[in-house]
Amino acid sequence: MNNNWPLWEVFVRSKNGLEHRHFGSLHAADAEMALENARDVYTRRNEGVSIWVVESKNITASNPENHGELFEPAQDKVYRHPTFYTLPDEVKHM
Amino acid sequence: MKNENKIQYIYGIADNALILGQRLSELCGHGPSLETDIATTNMALDLLGQTRSYYQYVAQLSGEEKTEDDIAFLRTERQYKNVLLVEQPNVHFGYVITRQFLYDVFHLLLLQELQNSNDEMLSAIAKKAIKEVSYHQRFSSDWIKRLGDGTDESREKVQEAVNDLWKFTDELFHMTDDDKIAVESGIGVDVTTLKDKYHQIVKEILEEATLMVPEVKWFQKGGKQGVHSEHMGYLLADLQYMQRTYPNMKW
Amino acid sequence: MSEKEIKNLEEIFEQRIARDEKIEPKDWMPEKYRKTHIRQISQHAHSEIVGMLPEGNWITRAPSLRRKVALLAKVQDEAGHGLYLYSACETLGVSRDELYDQLHTGKAKYSSIFNYPTITWADIGAIGWLVDGAAIINQVPLCSTSYGPYARAMIRVCKEESFHQRQGYEIMTTLAKGTPEQKAMAQDALNRWWWPSLMMLGPTDAESIHTEQSMKWKLKRKTNDELRQQFIDQTVPQADIIGLTVPDPDLKWNEETGHYDFGEIDWDEFWQVVKGHGPCNHERMSARVNAWEKGEWVRDAAMAYAKKQEEKKLKKAI
Repeated sequence: MNNNWPLWEVFVRSKNGLEHRHFGSLHAADAEMALENARDVYTRRNEGVSIWVVESKNITASNPENHGELFEPAQDKVYRHPTFYTLPDEVKHM
Repeated sequence: MKNENKIQYIYGIADNALILGQRLSELCGHGPSLETDIATTNMALDLLGQTRSYYQYVAQLSGEEKTEDDIAFLRTERQYKNVLLVEQPNVHFGYVITRQFLYDVFHLLLLQELQNSNDEMLSAIAKKAIKEVSYHQRFSSDWIKRLGDGTDESREKVQEAVNDLWKFTDELFHMTDDDKIAVESGIGVDVTTLKDKYHQIVKEILEEATLMVPEVKWFQKGGKQGVHSEHMGYLLADLQYMQRTYPNMKW
Repeated sequence: MSEKEIKNLEEIFEQRIARDEKIEPKDWMPEKYRKTHIRQISQHAHSEIVGMLPEGNWITRAPSLRRKVALLAKVQDEAGHGLYLYSACETLGVSRDELYDQLHTGKAKYSSIFNYPTITWADIGAIGWLVDGAAIINQVPLCSTSYGPYARAMIRVCKEESFHQRQGYEIMTTLAKGTPEQKAMAQDALNRWWWPSLMMLGPTDAESIHTEQSMKWKLKRKTNDELRQQFIDQTVPQADIIGLTVPDPDLKWNEETGHYDFGEIDWDEFWQVVKGHGPCNHERMSARVNAWEKGEWVRDAAMAYAKKQEEKKLKKAI
């Protein structure tokens, strides 16, 4: 039996108002331990106010080989950006 | 209350933090995983931080030109007033966790009362320490459950530690003369009142961990009077080595 | 994949690095890139955790409470750094347990400097000042290395390390300004740690096998000899300031080059320690193996407990 502690990904909110950001990973036997380890490993210097942990195997990631079909089609949709539209010169801001 | 009584009363609390912190810091680099190493070191740092607050206060009370280091390093063994429990060695991780757990539960109950002390400094130290020690108790309780309800081997090992260390738990609730004076003058905690609650919490966690509460009738005591176990001399030899070998120097 | 296709991919890959693009874990990468990174990152991680031992040796004996908490925090940081680096390495498809196994069986290397003993308190000062000083010189350029997870780990490491060198130099300063006995202790530590610290920056460029490839992949931005010169140039004045003497009779400021000239390094000693025959190679390894083996029942217990809890939760759900 493989008894190695599984890998967890750690997300930390540095202060209220900000989103949780990926900080790194660590090993833990269960979620409770992962949370405690994350607190000790990643917030020793007052770096956080909230922690999420998720077992790494539960993350589904996109495949870089599909980069073209996934992300390139968005590149030419310039009409999604405000700069695509012209305004009369008199209107300074919109 | 005389300052000397107050100082002795503070030693009864602060020396526990120093000696347990010292024991935990022996483990740094030798734990079962990097993650647990970091966790036990954090607890050591919390305890040594508390130690410094208490000793700085004692230095101030002493009226002499003393520093926290004179107090930490330059007393004789009989002058340290920690309980026997915290000086017990790191036999294996089961002992480390059990010693921690048996002390944490007491420590938190003590601090929760000490924050009501009419001594402002002690009350302030207690308020800050409560947050740290709540986490210690959470950590050690979780690990008691993991080891108790883990494998057969781990249950056996942690039960051995519980059985072995149980005889040191009664001393936590003894009152020295200085304790009594401190209680009378409203600065200290009557630890005898914590005993039932202590046993209730400890029993609950041990049962959840599928561990037996030992039926011990004979308890060990002496630390509070400065009569320690044989382990203490070696611990102090390490702790005091530099200050004893090179007296009167700044580091 | 045909050879031609691989060659094509390799070219695209090298171009990406040349453009300063980062490589991320799931991106295609040449096998050699993966292997080189596993080797370097894991060596780095091993050095952090073996490096805890010589300093850990003095935690219980630190001379003041202030020094004790600072040293504890520093050694704890090293555990953290080991952890960040092992995690970065794991993104390359190798587990921490496998990496430990490589360390414990002697297949993987770690920084040789940690095979020297710490015999006085001043050694803790010397390690912080010199060893961490040399490490920072090595590490800062790695914050912009090509492999994303490694670069991110290094940014965190460098940020946290900033107090380590100061901690060591402050210890040395205090000793150098202390009693004659303390000053002698500091000088003795400098004498013993100076040359191993120079060796720590690696063999001379002529002897170094990995440099060219590593430069291309931004695993290295400067050669070993350049880094060593940088270390000497910055450290000698620091020794002067606190009145300690660098133990090298050939050390001399060279107006022309704008650098210090220095004496011959004893590379025989370097290779002896690298090959496992330093003063503490055996102690360091047995301490690591011991911690790991004695911790096995604890790790197993935690897994067994987690499994039981999981089953309980499932039963409840049904």
